[in-house]
Amino acid sequence: MLGSFLRSLQFLGLAAILLFLLAPVILVFPISFSADAYVAWPPSGWSTRWYGELLKNEELTEAFSNSLVLAIYVTILTLLIATPAALVLARNTFAGRSALVSLFTSPLLLPSIVLGLAILVIFVGYGLVGSWTGMIIGHLVITLPYALRVLMTGLSTLPPFVEDAAGTLGAGPFAVFRRITLPLIAPALVASAALSFIVSFDETVISLFIAGTRLKLLPVSLYHYVESRTDPLIAAVSALMVLGILVLVIVIERAIGLRKAVAK
Amino acid sequence: MKDSAAVDQSNSSRRAAGVVFGLLLPILIVNIIAFVVPVLNLAAMSFRSATAIGSLDEALTLSTWQSLLGDTFYWSILWRTVWMGALITAVTLLLSYPLALFVSRRSGWVKTVLVVACISPLLISAVVRTYGWMVILGNQGFLPALIRASGFTPPRLINNEFGVLVGMTEILMPYMILSLLSGFGRLDPILDQAAETLGARPLTVLRRIVLPLSLPGILLGCLLCFVLAVSSFITPKMLAGGRVSLLATEIYDQAIVTLNWPLAACLSVFILFVFGAALLAYGQLSKIVD
Repeated sequence: MLGSFLRSLQFLGLAAILLFLLAPVILVFPISFSADAYVAWPPSGWSTRWYGELLKNEELTEAFSNSLVLAIYVTILTLLIATPAALVLARNTFAGRSALVSLFTSPLLLPSIVLGLAILVIFVGYGLVGSWTGMIIGHLVITLPYALRVLMTGLSTLPPFVEDAAGTLGAGPFAVFRRITLPLIAPALVASAALSFIVSFDETVISLFIAGTRLKLLPVSLYHYVESRTDPLIAAVSALMVLGILVLVIVIERAIGLRKAVAK
Repeated sequence: MKDSAAVDQSNSSRRAAGVVFGLLLPILIVNIIAFVVPVLNLAAMSFRSATAIGSLDEALTLSTWQSLLGDTFYWSILWRTVWMGALITAVTLLLSYPLALFVSRRSGWVKTVLVVACISPLLISAVVRTYGWMVILGNQGFLPALIRASGFTPPRLINNEFGVLVGMTEILMPYMILSLLSGFGRLDPILDQAAETLGARPLTVLRRIVLPLSLPGILLGCLLCFVLAVSSFITPKMLAGGRVSLLATEIYDQAIVTLNWPLAACLSVFILFVFGAALLAYGQLSKIVD
């Protein structure tokens, strides 16, 4: 009797903690359907007016399409740059190999506020602030470590003798890569792509430093919007972003498992 | 004959080295342009000084460091940053531990769903999640409405340290849960059963078996959360409304608002010192635990 009471108390506590963790993500949904001109609970009425406002808001729609295009560029470049590097680093042993791996993953260890400031100071001198080139390089430096790690883990789990066997049977190095390695690391590639896309699309601090005022990006515009006003418009954007991320989370989970992808 | 074979081999190994270098070149270029050079340059920047009109003095000087270290304002910011970081880490651990323990004891699809629910907030932009907290804690928000409905006057929950604590705790919980889950990996549930069979009560099992064995995961999670709490900028900025100065928010203000880059660079080096101290403490504690 007492045992079952304690057990249900335990479940309630755990449910409360989980609810705390998910509360901000869940609550933006009802607020996004508020009919009020400001954020207030409970809303005095329900409507879809803020989704309509969102489509009419030129700054946010421009920022959304910029962020989308940027994330696509960054994702493609990340895969093109990280895949050959991961192949070399996972398949060869040479002096300085582990030092290189540390060098390539260390941008993740630096606080993004320090990295953002450091990049800003350099980029100002070359006129890269507010440019697409500058934004792409600034995002690549943080998407590459994630992709490199996921791809190296993916490569280390497949037996090298499969590739050796293909080589023995007369396949050239490129044919081995295209016909054997690439299909086998497809899950790691999918996960790296999804992760790079999310990291680039969500990146706020580095973008805040180097996007300047010309190039509008969604997280930066959202941040500035929230700074000045609190109406349910941002809730509508947030709700849509949560749904989009949910789709990508399912993709990553299906490909390699979410835990492997995001572990620091 | 033997010689030409050796030459062949050295040629092919040189070609292999060239291929290796060529494949690594793109990532090396990005890393140097956007990481190595900027970071070294920032460190050098801390030995410059800003003139009154906001331009940089060419000469290398210790004056920015002197004015930083001599100003009690910056020491109070450092102190607040460290103790807020420690408090946030402690609360995050207290909330994450039971949840992570529960999740690690499930299996099959229940575990998958719980793991995804605990970790996926990580992938949602900090701006969105912090906005969610503004909706919950704001004066017209969800929680004050709840408190008002039960007949009390709600205290101010936002634009103060409490708001930052709540928001940061929630933002960091997924990292803590991830570290704890990896730490629970070496914890076999059969040990609990053995202890219970031998007559230990649940709390004793937790204190004598589960906690000690999961200490490495706890330490790793605490290091990660402390470091992230100290360097976070978006959440404190949005939830404190400019009323709580921390190292990271001060770096941003100096760099973007005041345009005093040398001072911002000094504060960045300051934050890296805090990181270094946390890493040292982690190293020492891990040695004790092992």
